[in-house]
Amino acid sequence: MAVTPPESRVWWKEPVAKIELTWVIIAFLWGLVMFFMMIYWHVVGEQNISNEAYRIDAETFTKKTQAMVDQHTVGQRKARNSDREVPVVAPPPGSDVYLIGRLWEWWPILQLQKGKSYRLHVASVDWQHGLSLQPVNINLQVHPGYEMVTTITPRDKGEFTVVCNEYCGIGHHLMLGKILVVD
Amino acid sequence: MATASDFRTCPTTGLKVHSAAENLIKANAVVAVVFLAIGGLFGLLAALTRWQAVHILPADWFYLALTAHGLDALLVWIIFFEMAVLYFASAILLNSRLAAPKVGWAAFWLMLIGALVVNVAVLQGGSSVMFTSYVPMKAAPHFYLGLIVFAVGALLGCGVFFGTLVIAKEEKTYQGSIPLVTFGAVTAAVIAVFTIASGAIILIPTFLWSIGWISNIDTLMYKLVWWAMGHSSQQINVSAHVAVWYAIAALVLGAKPISEKISRVAFLFYILFLQLASAHHLLAEPGLSSEWKIFNTSYAMYLAVLGSMIHGMTVPGSIEAAQRAKGYTKGIFEWLRKAPWGNPAFSGMFMSLVMFGFIGGISGVVLGTEQINVMMHNTLYVPGHFHGTVVAGTTLAFMAITYLVVPLIFRRHIMFPGLAKIQPYLFGIGVLGLSVFMMGAGTLGVSRRHWDISFADAALSFDYPPAAFLMMTLNGISGILAALGGLAYIVVVVASVLFGKRVEGKIELGSGAGAAVAKYGSAGTLKIPGTAVLVAVFFTCFVLYYFVNWKYLSELWPMK
Repeated sequence: MAVTPPESRVWWKEPVAKIELTWVIIAFLWGLVMFFMMIYWHVVGEQNISNEAYRIDAETFTKKTQAMVDQHTVGQRKARNSDREVPVVAPPPGSDVYLIGRLWEWWPILQLQKGKSYRLHVASVDWQHGLSLQPVNINLQVHPGYEMVTTITPRDKGEFTVVCNEYCGIGHHLMLGKILVVD
Repeated sequence: MATASDFRTCPTTGLKVHSAAENLIKANAVVAVVFLAIGGLFGLLAALTRWQAVHILPADWFYLALTAHGLDALLVWIIFFEMAVLYFASAILLNSRLAAPKVGWAAFWLMLIGALVVNVAVLQGGSSVMFTSYVPMKAAPHFYLGLIVFAVGALLGCGVFFGTLVIAKEEKTYQGSIPLVTFGAVTAAVIAVFTIASGAIILIPTFLWSIGWISNIDTLMYKLVWWAMGHSSQQINVSAHVAVWYAIAALVLGAKPISEKISRVAFLFYILFLQLASAHHLLAEPGLSSEWKIFNTSYAMYLAVLGSMIHGMTVPGSIEAAQRAKGYTKGIFEWLRKAPWGNPAFSGMFMSLVMFGFIGGISGVVLGTEQINVMMHNTLYVPGHFHGTVVAGTTLAFMAITYLVVPLIFRRHIMFPGLAKIQPYLFGIGVLGLSVFMMGAGTLGVSRRHWDISFADAALSFDYPPAAFLMMTLNGISGILAALGGLAYIVVVVASVLFGKRVEGKIELGSGAGAAVAKYGSAGTLKIPGTAVLVAVFFTCFVLYYFVNWKYLSELWPMK
């Protein structure tokens, strides 16, 4: 029994039943399939997490974002529960676009064109946040001190929401942002 | 040196039981159950808050409750119970005296004090940082200190376990190699040492940071090392609950491993590869390369998954072989139909096995795939997955073996046998619902650790799809079911331990208890067609679900 020492003292020499051995081999091969599937997707797949990231401080990242906002703001969106306005920014296709995660908003609102690629830079300027693009369901972790650069190509047009899905304190459930995709 | 009067002989199993070991098992198991009750209550409150129509707690209390739920249910309940399992698998199963019982008690008190300090810190309200306490969010210093003290205690407990193994070998209390269950416990304890070391490496600096001696903790480094503790501690659970599966199959049905060699190698895979799983929590992170992520997240080509898939066949296979040896040979599944489904130790164990494989296991591998993770990271899919592993797997297995520990160690008959009979089903179905509906909500994008998915007070507006709200309702109902199952467990255990009829003489644990079944399982004669069918069904589900998720991924916005 499993609660007593093995019946035969040289248990490591007992032959293994064929059915058990077959399963071990199948399971091992399946592991290889799953392992190489991830590598394969890096070659042919279109959805891969970027390996590009830089160390950055909050001040520098805010400055870069502000520069983009100053240059490309096309409108303002009013908050529904205060007088605050959030700039809507439409940088040209192919350019570097910046998104700040901070307590408790994603800033600014980005307006992108469908089917065009952008280099999206994301960083937090305070605690950790989670960039959760809905309803597309792309989820990335956002750290303070690290700037992640992802080349992203919106496939659908419409209004998309960035939810924060990393717990960031008492206002966590208020933290939203928007990405607008137009033709 | 222990004297003969420190031992009794168990009339049911014939094992020599050292009273010091027995007392430590009792103390650790009792405290474990108390913290399960506390952690479970906080879990119920969390589930009821996320049920949008009930929304029982205000935001600050919700985040507090969720922090406490994680700590008490995931850490305190499980590690205390595991200490009991370690002492059982060493001193009791090996007929040995326990090494240094005083150190065992020091371990117990340190763990208890640590657990209480952490709970006080959380209840004071200034440490609602979640179980993971990601920096730079700061908890009160005694939050980290309590965890450190708890971990030191657990480390001492592992030391007592290893010491007992040495003593048993020196004093030749057993013949040949250690039993498979003890081997599984060794696996758990080895991983525990790695886990606790990782915890010390990250929590001590974080504690110093919280009192201002260190100015900065790198957030990425914190997550990497924290999860070397956080995820590895789940591998302690896996090793421990797999050992518990084997133990229950042996004690209730007289089952014998179909191959000692294969089962032990599978445990060895855990020791060698499970520690890489910190990467599971870093797949959506900046600053780590894909090469690193792929190698680590797959446990070096899924070798630890291979270990679990092996146990997934050998545990039911050993049960089938034992049942067939008893004459349940009709058709493919008579052995399973005629299994002791009314015995909560068996029914709990078998549900734990099935749900750990189908729900926790498959979802874990899919979630841990480098690219697919981007659709699930930090959504409710994650807690959905780990309620399938830790609650349906570990907690249910530990509940199941309690129905053997109470008569064998506490020497009390189980009270309310009718309630005990349905308890694993109640809890199991509840947890199944929690897992499935949280994974469903996660697939729809719903964030984990989130007080209000209607975003009523946010400056901008957003609604998750209506189906997500339905999932959260079903999740809340499942939470109530699971809580009732948990309550039934606590009522039965507490009542039995305090007021149960004393066990006199030999007791009947199940249809094949005590004596091992006739020799079987030599390579030529093993017949387990039922298990082969179960494994084939499992494998088909696994492959289909895996590729369905790649299909979903291919529909996502292109990114690189």
